[in-house]
Amino acid sequence: MATSQTIEFREPASRVAEGAKSLMPTPAPAPVGDDGDLVGEKMVLNMGPSHPSTHGVLRIVLELDGEIITKATPDVGYLHRGDEKIAENMTYTQFIPYTDRLDYLAPLANNVAYALAVEKLLGIEKQLPPRCQYIRVICCEMARISAHLLGLGAFAMDIGALTVFLHTFTEREKIYSLIERLTGARFTTSYTRIGGLSRDLPPGWADALRKFCDEVEVNFAESETLLTRNRIFVDRTRNIGIISRTDAIDYGLTGPNLRGSGVDYDVRKAHPYLVYGELDFEVPVGSVGDSYDRYLVRMEEMRQSVRLIRQCLAKLPGGDDNESKELISVPDGKITLPPKAKVLSSMEELIHQFMLVTQDINAPPGEVYFGAENPKGELGFYINSRGGGTPYRLKIRAPSFCNLSILPHVLPGHMMSDAVSILGSIDFVMGECDR
Amino acid sequence: MAALELAQQLQARFADVLTGPVEFRGEATLKLADAARVAEVCAFAKESLSFDLLLDISSIDNYGEDPRWTVVYELYGTGHGCHLRLKTDVSEEKSELPTVTYVWRGADWHEREIYDMMGVRFAGHPDLRRILMWDGYPYFPLRKDFPLAGKPTDLPEVAFTKPAPLEGGPFVTVAGGKDSIAREPRVRNPES
Repeated sequence: MATSQTIEFREPASRVAEGAKSLMPTPAPAPVGDDGDLVGEKMVLNMGPSHPSTHGVLRIVLELDGEIITKATPDVGYLHRGDEKIAENMTYTQFIPYTDRLDYLAPLANNVAYALAVEKLLGIEKQLPPRCQYIRVICCEMARISAHLLGLGAFAMDIGALTVFLHTFTEREKIYSLIERLTGARFTTSYTRIGGLSRDLPPGWADALRKFCDEVEVNFAESETLLTRNRIFVDRTRNIGIISRTDAIDYGLTGPNLRGSGVDYDVRKAHPYLVYGELDFEVPVGSVGDSYDRYLVRMEEMRQSVRLIRQCLAKLPGGDDNESKELISVPDGKITLPPKAKVLSSMEELIHQFMLVTQDINAPPGEVYFGAENPKGELGFYINSRGGGTPYRLKIRAPSFCNLSILPHVLPGHMMSDAVSILGSIDFVMGECDR
Repeated sequence: MAALELAQQLQARFADVLTGPVEFRGEATLKLADAARVAEVCAFAKESLSFDLLLDISSIDNYGEDPRWTVVYELYGTGHGCHLRLKTDVSEEKSELPTVTYVWRGADWHEREIYDMMGVRFAGHPDLRRILMWDGYPYFPLRKDFPLAGKPTDLPEVAFTKPAPLEGGPFVTVAGGKDSIAREPRVRNPES
């Protein structure tokens, strides 16, 4: 079916066209395709896989009518490493470093989510020592602040506000210094163990974190002055990329993207894990579901995270330097490694150490799904066990994967330049999406 | 427990095909005997029991058993806050079950991923293509008979794969062995 469209030229363009008409010979009629459609009306544009606003390797095939997107086909998988296959071939403990590389902007939160999933399979999540639970909450919230700082900075930079990026990265660097002191690595933390943590807080670390909390709040205020009422930022985000409440649920969105659309669902509140049930925090919810709402939700979430960290530091059993020697791991030789001194002096501990290192924990047969509220949304692990130290099947429910699946629905109808704003506000990580 | 009650309601409605609920670690699991009715059961769970959020769809390869595939649906209701797991078996000869894309649109990518990784097809899916691997990739990598190191493939001007270079190295444990003795590098025949 042949269709023709009247294209309205804007003023300068029409003037150029008028001028060109007198110079150029009459153009040949446009070639007609096999199906009779006029060729050249729609343009197909490859966005990515290496584009600054795709934050990694997302490729979107956009079909454009002028500057309006008429169809968007995301193409994911450029970072596929087969994490699920790898997990089936190693023990539960050996897989912890691989979780660092899922959402590589919040490795600590992934470590905690994975450890909790395996602990749920073992049925020991209630036995975790309180100090371990508080430290894990601190880790999760630090990871959330760091991931949102990057998300917001990159989002603002993509639509032209470069200064915010420099502000947020200053604070993010401080978080990474703290994480390095805590875990020994900036990015690849691998901090948790099944049933506990790899090490306790280093001396003076809690005070450094308190100082950071005070500093970062000043930074939030600065970033907010740069963005929240910035006319250009508001114009680029308000009423752009509106995701309705029902669509958000239907496409399986979670995290700030779901809450930006007005759904009050946060795993930390709905099914409190660790000590979230004892802590006081609020869950911000958007009203319109546009890019601006998603920005506001993330901004407020960071403030709530600071609140949570302060409460945890105040309530931390054993205090900053753990003078009362509170445990940080489940005291079960069949789950966590015994102290090295005992391994060298006692037969029982030697056997436990040997069994754990060679065979790992002995998980019961069964299946569990555990979802944790990560910066990008609900990171879930479905573990199917047939007994022993290796999962029979481990499925990772990656929030970025589900969040991106809404793109073909939300992008059409927007201007090409709005795609950048929408992508920035959805805040995805391809390491997690492609696994 | 509310999730268990909802599972019982769903089981009572489809008593001829659903068995369970089985409870493990506080989660309710229902087993569907006839995979061809999965869309119908899911539609009822969404419309009448308000499981409005599809968290995930996973697939399991029960290699060497019959039926070979298990497809696992994780349902959640944002209103009542209950989680339910629905499982169904698919035989290797059939390797097909109806899509639930028309129940939850979010199922689209999950089903494409299962098709990509396991080779189980979803009848009625609007766009069943590979999603993580490229179009034209010949294998289904999450199947248990696919080696961890990968298989060499070559699709000219698109992509190629080579077996992982570490495979067979002197200190690499053999993946997937039953116990540590079988995985131990020194017991392995160097030629194998």
